[in-house]
Amino acid sequence: MKIKYNRDACQGHNRCYMLAPEVFDVDDEGYAILLIDGDVPEELQEKAQLTVDNCPEFAIEVVED
Amino acid sequence: MTDMQSRPDYARDFDHTTEEWANHAPEIWDEYRQSCPVAKSDIFGGTWLPTRHVDVSAIAHDTENYTSQGVIVGPVPPDVDAPMGPAPPITSDPPFHGIARRLLLPPFAPKPINALEPYTRQYCNDLIDTLLASEGDEVDAAVGYAQHIPVRIIAKMLGLPEEDGEIFRKFIHAIIETPGADEELPPDETLDAYLDNQIAQHRANPKTGDDADLIDYLVAADIEGMPLSDEHVRGSIALLLIAGIDTTWSAIGASIWHFAQNPDHRRQVAEDPSIMPFAVEEMLRYYAPVTMARIAATDHELGGCPVQKGDWLLLPFPAANRDPEAFEHADQVILDRKANRHGAFGLGIHRCLGSNLARLELSIALETWLDRIPEFELADPERVRWSKGQIRGPRELPIRIL
Repeated sequence: MKIKYNRDACQGHNRCYMLAPEVFDVDDEGYAILLIDGDVPEELQEKAQLTVDNCPEFAIEVVED
Repeated sequence: MTDMQSRPDYARDFDHTTEEWANHAPEIWDEYRQSCPVAKSDIFGGTWLPTRHVDVSAIAHDTENYTSQGVIVGPVPPDVDAPMGPAPPITSDPPFHGIARRLLLPPFAPKPINALEPYTRQYCNDLIDTLLASEGDEVDAAVGYAQHIPVRIIAKMLGLPEEDGEIFRKFIHAIIETPGADEELPPDETLDAYLDNQIAQHRANPKTGDDADLIDYLVAADIEGMPLSDEHVRGSIALLLIAGIDTTWSAIGASIWHFAQNPDHRRQVAEDPSIMPFAVEEMLRYYAPVTMARIAATDHELGGCPVQKGDWLLLPFPAANRDPEAFEHADQVILDRKANRHGAFGLGIHRCLGSNLARLELSIALETWLDRIPEFELADPERVRWSKGQIRGPRELPIRIL
């Protein structure tokens, strides 16, 4: 499982950072920063899916291998 | 449905500033979404009401055909020209919007806001202490609890006197709940006059570093080396003061109203507190307090309807949040809903700047209430009074503590 994050679509709702701080950090203006480059470790996959399903701007996608 | 059909001409001529709307808005949205998804009323020179998620989202993301110069539908045309609008950045359009917004994003980002948690929790506990010390088993959760929380926190952030809470609420009532009423206040009693005085005091005694409050921050801020105009500073402070108060107060009140009537949900949260973050988002989805507005900037079609330049458009995010095309079981409150892309804080570039603060206040207010007052019910459903206008929430909420 890989995660794709679209910074242009992000409006700083911060839902991802709240749900999965291991997967997303936020910058000083509250825009998301994807912390995981490449495969999402298995123990974080459920949380990663939550970030996808709760982003109001559809800025996060799962990319299956 | 019988009730709906008995409303004379209501379906063709809605008015969101009426008692009728206050009491029935969710049913009206549902009915319109099914029968007339882009409704039109003659109020305020012509006002549209889209209720489908797809239309609300499209408008929120379209800054070409819609301007944010007016965000509260009313009789008075906004008196400051685009691109700034009277309360930047909420009333600004691109590209000025982005500049004004970037100034305000850092103090409202999650990390600085989370630092307010202990203060907020202590204040909520103090309010509950006062409620529990009152005589009898009946309290008003809106008047005695919900309304105080956002007032106190934003006053602290702005560096305004805590005891001025009552004054802010008067302004908010005049500006949001009764559009146009602010114009009728004597000149020295308006919100502008109050803020000019506060800004002058901050300019005379500026604080820096950790002592600086948000007014100090704005007074000292610049855009490409130029200090902000007085109009910009005042407009942004007015926005922070107004936008954060009755909105969050409404969300807290509506959530307590919900839990008062759903003992199974109270117990679900008590048994598994880990669902609380999801429950808070579900309250925000189902009871989203804020309907925004836009003004059409062009003649164009929306859902097959001919929108004309200058028409008002309401953006009912709560109606979009209950659209079954966008949410599974949209008409049910599912506390641990795992997929919840709600638009309670808006969609597009005007996402509520204070969303992290609002979420913190709502979470702590609800946690504290449920912890301290685990069993309660509506004292009398007939005495619950919902607000009129674009911000929806209970303004009187008598609760019996069990």
